[in-house]
Parts: sequence; C-alpha cells; structure tokens
Amino acid sequence: MNEHATPALANSTAQVPRSRGQARLRRYKELWSSFSSNRLALVGLSIILALIAIALLADLIAPYSPTTGGLGQRLLPPSTAHWLGTDDQGRDILSRLIHGARPTLMVVSLVMILAAPVGLLVGTVAGYAGGWVDAVLMRITDIFLAFPKLILALAFVAALGPGIQNAVIAIAITSWPPYARIARAETLSVRDCDYVAAVRLMGASPLRIVLRHVMPLCLASLIVRVTLDMAGIILTAAGLGFLGLGAQPPMAEWGAMIASGRRFILDQWWVAAAPGVAILIVSLGFNLLGDGLRDALDPRGERE
Amino acid sequence: MAGPNAVLQPALSRPRRARGRLFALVRFVVMLATTLLGLLAMTFFIGRVIPVDPVLAVVGDRASAQVVERTRIEMGLDRPLIEQFGIYVARVAQGELGQSVLTSRPVLDDIFRVFPATLELATYGTLIGVLFGVPLGVMAAVRRGGLIDQLVRVVGLLGYSIPIFWLGLLALLLFYAKLGWVSGPGRIDVVFEYTFTPLTGIYSLDALLRGDWSAFANIVSHLALPSALLGYFSLAYISRMTRSFMLHELSQEYIVAARAKGLPERTIIWRHALRNAAVPLVTVIALSYAGLLEGSVLTETVFSWPGLGLYITNALANADMNAVLGGTVVIGAIFIGLNLLSDLLYRTLDPRTRRR
Repeated sequence: MNEHATPALANSTAQVPRSRGQARLRRYKELWSSFSSNRLALVGLSIILALIAIALLADLIAPYSPTTGGLGQRLLPPSTAHWLGTDDQGRDILSRLIHGARPTLMVVSLVMILAAPVGLLVGTVAGYAGGWVDAVLMRITDIFLAFPKLILALAFVAALGPGIQNAVIAIAITSWPPYARIARAETLSVRDCDYVAAVRLMGASPLRIVLRHVMPLCLASLIVRVTLDMAGIILTAAGLGFLGLGAQPPMAEWGAMIASGRRFILDQWWVAAAPGVAILIVSLGFNLLGDGLRDALDPRGERE
Repeated sequence: MAGPNAVLQPALSRPRRARGRLFALVRFVVMLATTLLGLLAMTFFIGRVIPVDPVLAVVGDRASAQVVERTRIEMGLDRPLIEQFGIYVARVAQGELGQSVLTSRPVLDDIFRVFPATLELATYGTLIGVLFGVPLGVMAAVRRGGLIDQLVRVVGLLGYSIPIFWLGLLALLLFYAKLGWVSGPGRIDVVFEYTFTPLTGIYSLDALLRGDWSAFANIVSHLALPSALLGYFSLAYISRMTRSFMLHELSQEYIVAARAKGLPERTIIWRHALRNAAVPLVTVIALSYAGLLEGSVLTETVFSWPGLGLYITNALANADMNAVLGGTVVIGAIFIGLNLLSDLLYRTLDPRTRRR
C-alpha cells in the first residue's frame, strides 16, 4: 500500500496534504478515479446498488404481492399485466423476483459479517504472533480450507433443519479460511515495518498494534477477496434453495423459485428462467465489482 | 493460489534432494491425517452433537422407553463425548458408515454402487475443461487483449456467475426437449435395461468393453449434456488460470533468451513457456476435478444422474442422516485427498520447490 502511494505523493509535492483527513480524502479520490475509469466495474457497482435499492424498496416497487396469487391466473405467459408472467400459484413472477432480492442480500451480508472478521482476526493474530500460535491457527485454517464447501453446507443444513439462517451459518463456517490466509500474508508483510517497531517502542500492547496498526492494512485485500467471493456465496445459497434447504415457502427466494419452476419447464419455461437471470445478473455484478476493486486497490496486477 | 515463492536454488546433492522428497511425503501424510480427522470431527458434530436426541433419529418417536435406553447404550451415547468420537473414528476407518434408512443397506455399499456414475461425469467434464481450456488460456496470454483473450474473460466471468443447475435446466429444455439432439435425464434408456449389464459401473467404458455399440451411442448421448455443462465450468476456471500462469512465464528472462537465440515463437510458447506453466496447472486441474466431484450434487439433481450427489440429495429429502453423513465423509475425503495431492504434486514436480 505504501509503495504505490509514493509516486502519487511525488507528483503532488506542490500540494502536500495539510491534515490527516485531507490526505485520506485525496486517497479516496485517487481510488475512485482509478476505479471509475473501469467501465465494467461501474456496471458492477450499479448492479449492486440497484440490488440494495430494490431490496429496501421491495414493498413499494413490486406491482403485486409476492406470496398471494389468484388460482385463476396460474402460469400465465408474460404480458402487460404480468411482465414476467405468473407461477404455478398465480403469483406475479416479477414481484417475487423483486422480493427475492431481500434473502439474497441478507445471505450475502450476514456471511460477510460473520466470516470476514473471523478470518481477519485469525489471520492477523497468527501472522503477528508467529511461533506455535501461528502454526496451530494456520493448521486449523488449512483443515477448513480443504473441506468441500457445498457438501458440508448441505450436511449442516440437514442437521440444523432447512431455513435461511441455517444456510447462512453453514456457508459462513466454510468461507472464513481464505480470509485468514490473506490477512496473515498481509500481516507478515507489515509486521517488521519501521512504523510497527515505532508503535511498539511507544509502548503499544500487541492487541493495540494488531487492531489499530495491522488490521487496517489488511482491509484492502480482504475487501477485494470478499467481494469476489460474494458471487460464489450467492450461487451456493441459490443451490441450497434449489435443493429445498434454503428459504422456505412462501418466501420468495430465487433458487427455490427455479426449483418450483422446474416442473413446468417444458411448457412454461419462463417460470424457471427468470430467477436464474436474476441470480446471474447479481453474481456478475459482484464479480465485475470485485475485479474493478482489485485493479484499483492492487496495482500489482492479477495476483491469482 | 500460486504456490510458494519459488526461488532458484543451487543444485542440490542427491541425498539432500531425496530427503526433501521424503519430507514432502511425510508432510502430505500428516496433513492428510489431520485434515481427515478434522472432517470427521465436523461430521461427528453434525450427526451427534447438533441433533437434540440422536436416538430419536434412529428409533423414531414411537419406540418404547426400553428400546430407547438400549439404543442409547448401543450407540455409546452414555459415554463421554471424546470417547464417542474415538469410537466414531474407529468405525469410519473400518468402513462402517451405518445403515441407510431409505435403502436399508449399509451406506458404504450404496456409495460403492453410485460412485462410478459421479466419477464418470466428473472425469469427462475435466477432460473437456483441459482439452479446451489449456489451449484457450495459452492463446489468450499470447495475444493479450486480443479476441481470444476477450473470449476467455467473458467465458470466465459467466462461468463464475451462472447457477449451474439453472443452466442445466435450460440446456435440457433446448437440446433435449426442443431440438432432440441428445437424450434426456438418466444414464441410459430404459430399453437397454435388460440387454446391457454394467461391469465397472462406468457405463461408457462398459459398453466399449462389451462391444455393445447401440448401447454406447445411447450412453454417449445421455452423457453429452451434463459432461459438457461440467466441462464448461471446468474450462472457465482452467483457461483463466492457464492465461495468468502463461502471462507470468512469458514475462520471464529465459523467454527473452530463447527469442534472442532465434527459436521459433511456436517452440517458445508451447515447449518452453507452457512446460513451466504446467506445474501449477497440474494443481489447478486437480482442484477443478475435486470441485466437479463436489458440484455433482446440483448437476446430478438436474439430470437425474444416479450418482453420489443425487444419493445425498435423496437422503436429505428423506432425513436419512447416516446416508447424508456417509456421503459427506466420502466426498470430503476424496476432495481433501485431491486437494493435498495437488499440493504434493506441486512440490515434487517443480525442481525449484523440491527442498524447502
């Protein structure tokens, strides 16, 4: 992070930032200009913002109720009244898609809230402490890293019972290890820096050093990785929903909608097709956003 | 995901190199053992600790108090948890995964019966992924920013974003129902049920071994769609990784040296660069193979493919926990094995990482 800040500073010695806040603002501006020069990344960002807006305003935007329909209106093809047609219970598919943004967003943000801090903590502590703490923590991380994600999530949900919360827990349990790996790698690269030594000389406790001076530097790589993982999390959650283990009816969830549309795929293909397109668009959005963030935050190029 | 920082090391004497290889092997065995133990701890936790009453899951809620008590002791539930775990590990090590409620047969027998179907699908998927993915990735790296590079990017992005079960459904609708180019769900038409007897369980191989060409044609037309689908996802991953490995190799100095020597570009790319990129690529292919084995759960459900994935989902739907956990242990063990094997391969194939 420090390496690529230097040329930017050298270019603008005429206007050295006068305060911390100003420096931070300028850095955000630089990030934004490098990020926004990537058109695909902007597309990704708009998709995610749209997803959030739709999830928040679902009740206002959706033209019909997502859970009640008329039996006289079963499996109607797309028309002006029902833009995407209706499903087997006469419910408007567009309205269900709009409400389906909620569980999707919920799964993604809950997994992020649960898994990212755990990975960050494990990784920074292991990296900073070194020695046997590092060895033990990384051994555990490696064990979890080698687990098959989807199958374990299936088994977990099978034991805990189907439902969206349990799906979240199951996915979170298997998704923190890569974050720990990344955080540890970043920690190792800053651990022996002069500024850390300076803080230590000033008497900061290891806890304070890790929390205030190491963790912030791990955030950039972590955010990139988390964003790129979002697509995979959405696909896993949709897969669980498809198998009937995620959100339960009558809740509108995209994976479960595909599963229920499967029975009518030969004659009423739009019932199953529409939610798949929604999943595709959202995971594409996260992938594009993640790629853009990686290019903006990590100018060393593709690391994988 | 790229391996450890490979630093060129001076040539090593033979005994030291042998010791390095031994070290890698010991490391592999230790990693495998601890990771498998971790997996078993996980399935033990899922099967014994999470359920409120594991006995109830076995005998049902209409059993008498005596039966419940006897089963509790038989299952070892009156002992400390750590001892129970020890018993569980010992039983799994002997291949004892319990009885399936659904088929009322030992879970391990069921798994042996259904596994070849999964293996067949994942193998063809990986083959497709390697045959198309590697050349695509190489060409994308050679002409960076060119047409093929853009194609690889789009294929990769879509591969990481499309729900596989949804694409499978649409593919079935188009190529089976509307166009009739391929056969539908299942492994073989019902017509062949009495004339075709499997040998190994890998049907395409069995038909060849028996010289049954009409059955072979039918099997291939059943295989085409699901293996193409898995192949696409494998291709998306492999081509993207090949591209980035090749970009790395092509920027190395030995490439400049080869060019200065006047070697033809074709030799430089396919002989020199690809051969160096092949080492990390082997690990990527192993990982992709493991991923396909695991991803079979969704694909097999869509295509009614009677493999391990469908077995697990059927067991899930019927609350057959022994079968679910048994399947999880088997797929997990294979997944872990392939994962660590790819690590071992990386360490032994690349002369620069032989001794660390």
